[in-house]
Amino acid sequence: MKAMEHAQAAEAFIRDEARTDWHDETLWFVRQKRDLAAQGLPEWEQLRDWASGIKNHTLSNLSQYLALFEENALKNGIKVHWAMDAVEHNQIIHQIIKEGKICRMVKSKSMLTEECHLNAYLAAQGIEVIDTDLGERIVQLRKEAPSHIVLPAIHLKKEDVSDTFNEFLDTEKGNNDPQYLTESARQHLRDYFVGAELAITGVNFAIAETGGFVVCTNEGNADMGAHAANIHIACMGIEKLIPKAEHLGVFLRLLARSATGQPITTYSSHFHRPRPGQQMHLVIVDNGRSRQLGRADFRNSLKCIRCAACFNTCPVYRRSGGHSYHTAVAGPIGSILNPNIDMKANADLPFASTLCGSCSNVCPVKIDIHEQLYKWRQVLVKEGHVPSSKKTGMAAMTLVLSKPTLYRLAGKMGRVALKYAPFVVNNSLNPWYKQRDMPQAPEESFREWYQKNRK
Amino acid sequence: MKIGLFIPCYIDQFYPKAAVAALELLEKMGLEVYFPKNQTCCGQPMANSGFEHLTTGCNRLFIENFSSFDYIVCPSGSCVMHLKEHLHLSGHDQQAKAIREKLYELTEFLTDILEINELSASFPFKVGLHQSCHGQRGLKLSQMTELVAPAFSKPEKLLAMVKGLELIPLNRKDECCGFGGTFCVTEEAVSVKMGKDRLSDHLRNGAQYITATDLSCLMHLEGILRRQKSSLKIIHIAEILNHQPL
Ligand code: SF4
Repeated sequence: MKAMEHAQAAEAFIRDEARTDWHDETLWFVRQKRDLAAQGLPEWEQLRDWASGIKNHTLSNLSQYLALFEENALKNGIKVHWAMDAVEHNQIIHQIIKEGKICRMVKSKSMLTEECHLNAYLAAQGIEVIDTDLGERIVQLRKEAPSHIVLPAIHLKKEDVSDTFNEFLDTEKGNNDPQYLTESARQHLRDYFVGAELAITGVNFAIAETGGFVVCTNEGNADMGAHAANIHIACMGIEKLIPKAEHLGVFLRLLARSATGQPITTYSSHFHRPRPGQQMHLVIVDNGRSRQLGRADFRNSLKCIRCAACFNTCPVYRRSGGHSYHTAVAGPIGSILNPNIDMKANADLPFASTLCGSCSNVCPVKIDIHEQLYKWRQVLVKEGHVPSSKKTGMAAMTLVLSKPTLYRLAGKMGRVALKYAPFVVNNSLNPWYKQRDMPQAPEESFREWYQKNRK
Repeated sequence: MKIGLFIPCYIDQFYPKAAVAALELLEKMGLEVYFPKNQTCCGQPMANSGFEHLTTGCNRLFIENFSSFDYIVCPSGSCVMHLKEHLHLSGHDQQAKAIREKLYELTEFLTDILEINELSASFPFKVGLHQSCHGQRGLKLSQMTELVAPAFSKPEKLLAMVKGLELIPLNRKDECCGFGGTFCVTEEAVSVKMGKDRLSDHLRNGAQYITATDLSCLMHLEGILRRQKSSLKIIHIAEILNHQPL
């Protein structure tokens, strides 16, 4: 699955510096829109507190709320399925497709189905699912993964989209007009919407007291799919729950403002029961979430409402692109979720951060993201998921830094050779020098100066 | 008041002038300042790389060297933040806790403990302030642009007391410079790109000097500047605050 470690993929990304600047500025613009929207609400920090508190409470009582939600959903006539992991999730959906003898189906955005690699699984069974979110359709046509959880094709410029549509939708070559391109996508998708027998959607919020759920989109594509098809399958992770419908008043206000700076998503659609003649299925997935819930230091990560504010603010994400994280959910939140799913494969991710802390500050549910990145590093080292060269370097550094006499000696040699900085694991191929010089060596260290001038 | 001066390893070795400035500045305020000579490092380089379990030696040294002071002052927000969050030593819980509480970054010590309102310094240049993340977001030395909360800035308050100094505005007031400890080598490409982008922001806005409460950020930025043969210079905030009229 992983072609490269984050650092290498990022290096490849940055090689095109003009494009990196464009990517950085595009996402910084979204961050600024988020700032403006947040500044517009004097009660912003209060809302974040409430959202965090509600999610915390829900996670502490998750089994009860899940049971209550199932009970109410069943009463509403929704069929509820439980999936232990990605494979079960995919099998359940495959089964529904087989039983309904379904050939044509559409899917709106669902990061969970990306996490479970549903499309690839179904493709292997000869079943094609059409993604209907514009960005997702673009990356689907290009056989790429989404690079951002809210803006799946944000790594592409309009020229790239134009080329892709020219190849697959037969649009005019070189016509980069966004209006023209979206209109072409609209026409292209219309046939699939009308013909779909089954629609898959994600879930943004599942409400325990009503047994209903809310799906937020800007394009209305979830609604189009679910309203046209006779079978609606909604997929959700166990952490999507909130206790009461009134709590939506907190979360819907935070979600769109944090995501794009909009006061609310264009469509916030409430689904409670199938319409006459329709089947409505809910697939509730664990896939490692209960394990994460059991990790005291990391349980908070399950509060995430997938707004991607932490992506947009992350100075590393903006300069390395979503694909460098080689996982369905990239960015800072992905870096604390993915080691739980596969520690070895994702051991590089918690290190793809300067721990600047901006992510934790924008997070609408107040996840201590950067602190969890730090804590994951400790876990990964203890579990043996760092290269042994790093271990030797660290051990040498520790020795020097815990022995004052050795330290003074090393410092002296270091200043002479200008090769040694304590935080830079010392070796001859030190990447510091690729694009940076070391500071000019002073004639004496501070302690030498102090010795002469103060004692 | 007895002050213990903590000078992080890389300042001791590479930027002694900043340490001298911090010392002189505190002495000018009439304080008794000592530099315990067996100090080395706060342990952050190991801890941030996932090796916090190797920091026991550093922690012990720190406690031995600094327990006897009324306050401990350090011209690096990052090291202070690390110690405030992670200084522990089994069997010495009380001492570690006491140190965490009396440890201050230099600028916050000046504004919050000494509550100074004037300085005799002069620095007639255009200066860009780089907000080092650990000082800003970790120690809350200034308000963060992500939050909806009243603005304040301890370093800016002090810089405003310096005669002739013109603080330039930045397009991105508090974006990280990309240093990040071992990140600067393990993620070399991103680290340098972040640094270059910070530098262009300062250059675009006319800075002659970039200052900060952390030399680690400045060392990284200086590394790029020197490679690019730029005339923009870096200077630790202590050196500005201690800068005498010529
Ligand atoms: S971690 Fe917070 S900021 Fe990031 S996507 Fe989740 S809710 Fe949004």
